[in-house]
Amino acid sequence: MRIAFASGKGGTGKTTIAVNLAWFLAYEGQRVQYLDCDVEEPNGHIFLKPAIERQERASVMVPIIDQKRCTSCAKCGEVCQFSAIVNLPSNTLLIPPMCHGCGLCTLVCPTKAITEGTREIGLIETGKTADAIPFVHGVLNIGEPMAIPLIEQVKARGAASHTQIIDAPPGTSCPVVKTIRDSDLVVMVTEPTPFGLHDLKMAVSVASNLGVPVGIVVNRENGAFEPLERYLETRSLPVLARFPEDREIARSYSEGLLICEALPTYREKFKALADGIGEILKEHGESKGWQISANL
Amino acid sequence: MADFSELVIISGKGGTGKTSLVACLASLFKSRVVADCDVDAANLNLILNGNVVEKKDFVGGKKAVIKSDLCTVCGKCLEVCRFGAISQDFVVDRVACEGCGACHVFCPTSAIDFSPRRCGECYTCTTADGQPLVFAELLPGEENSGKLVTMVRTEARKQAETKNIPLIVIDGPPGIGCPVIASVTGTSHAVIVTEPTGSGIHDLKRILQLTAHFGINAGVVVNKSDINTTHTSSVKALCEKEGRAMFFGGIPFEPKVSEAQRKGITILDYAPTSEASTAIRNIYKRIKKNMEES
Repeated sequence: MRIAFASGKGGTGKTTIAVNLAWFLAYEGQRVQYLDCDVEEPNGHIFLKPAIERQERASVMVPIIDQKRCTSCAKCGEVCQFSAIVNLPSNTLLIPPMCHGCGLCTLVCPTKAITEGTREIGLIETGKTADAIPFVHGVLNIGEPMAIPLIEQVKARGAASHTQIIDAPPGTSCPVVKTIRDSDLVVMVTEPTPFGLHDLKMAVSVASNLGVPVGIVVNRENGAFEPLERYLETRSLPVLARFPEDREIARSYSEGLLICEALPTYREKFKALADGIGEILKEHGESKGWQISANL
Repeated sequence: MADFSELVIISGKGGTGKTSLVACLASLFKSRVVADCDVDAANLNLILNGNVVEKKDFVGGKKAVIKSDLCTVCGKCLEVCRFGAISQDFVVDRVACEGCGACHVFCPTSAIDFSPRRCGECYTCTTADGQPLVFAELLPGEENSGKLVTMVRTEARKQAETKNIPLIVIDGPPGIGCPVIASVTGTSHAVIVTEPTGSGIHDLKRILQLTAHFGINAGVVVNKSDINTTHTSSVKALCEKEGRAMFFGGIPFEPKVSEAQRKGITILDYAPTSEASTAIRNIYKRIKKNMEES
């Protein structure tokens, strides 16, 4: 079971909702795993505070050009779709951050001057929280543009035996697509502002193109924002929970605390969210393993 | 050598108030081009309300499509594809396809189409004060946002050159990856907008490493600075310690800021005498001074 958290716009509260739901589900006895796929700026660990047990280097394949064997035929640069190879009259240069590791240059080189090695793009850390929630996140190296292979490697550590809570990066392009594409449900966390709504619409269309069911969380609500309500109604998007604009939430967030622990009255909201998720999963015939007890 | 400078506003963490600050700076720097490089979620024009004067298609990367009538199911494409994008019955999964073209190159019967696709649009606008705004929209779920950022910046530079405008203000995307790198490379100055939270500071440290990596003169603005004054002080200390970053100041939390946001106007227009507006004008002066001096 995979539940992803996305938003389009950044800073709407994806991570806040995801870490608290993970905590709540574990508290209710579900087997939960937390996967932070926002590898450019991972923040889940600030709240879940896992003890890191293992660090692994994440890498991608990269060509190694043997200048002695290279005849400067320029075939490699011709086929490379990512402008990662520059063919000069007397040698051939690689621009590593541009390379997608497809291996095509290696395959087309007529003199077998290109072999492959690996290039490090970041770090994957795994551990457990104090509540025994298994935790995985990826940390992209500074100056590294290739986020997607790292996202894929974090997701590959998802345990089928657990409900995976997946924190997606902001935006609506390929990193989000790769994060949510095989989820059973994506929870879109939005805020009632023109920016929040504009980006929510785009994020929802990404999810519907992928055929992933969507549930909505409206965060930092302060009176109804009509354009958002109209949109949710027209598109028949189910609102799973609404959180008010609350200075206490902002304060506990700024200190890296979980709402469920610092402000236990909010646990009911997360119960409602968990129940709402359960209902959508049931509609799609995916509710196996999703049980929430009634006692808080 | 170009005779305009480029100032980029970034944040690392999303939702810290980049776009709201850019909208204010756009009105304070009177002669400027604005480039919205957050092509995944382009919001600046929701405030600036520019009139579109030119629209261009963005042609991004290619994707493979197998023409089943020409396919002899030989399996060569499956063998060379590293991304698991081709199914056993020879259909390309558009989401998994990386656009490398290996299948196209090796298909013995030329059964694989590999053509460029329209992935978004780039708009040049004129805002109410007669100044140019360039923004783009990537079609939802598309790739190559870095390339589209480059297209927005190219169009913005054309505007600066032809209209003799001395400054381009760039609204950058969140994060530190591909589209952010495309937004900051070649700029001289960066303003980093953060918030006084554990996450804000965590992400600020990473983005400061990025600006240092690219040798960009960076300064920091703390939004909602009075929400947690301890964290705001540590941001200040961090700037001083790094020695590479200026501290441009804080913007106090004010409900009027979100009211202005909902109305789709800047806080400077909505509540010009508010504390937040005063703080933003002071920040603008420091940014301007810093750009003139270094």
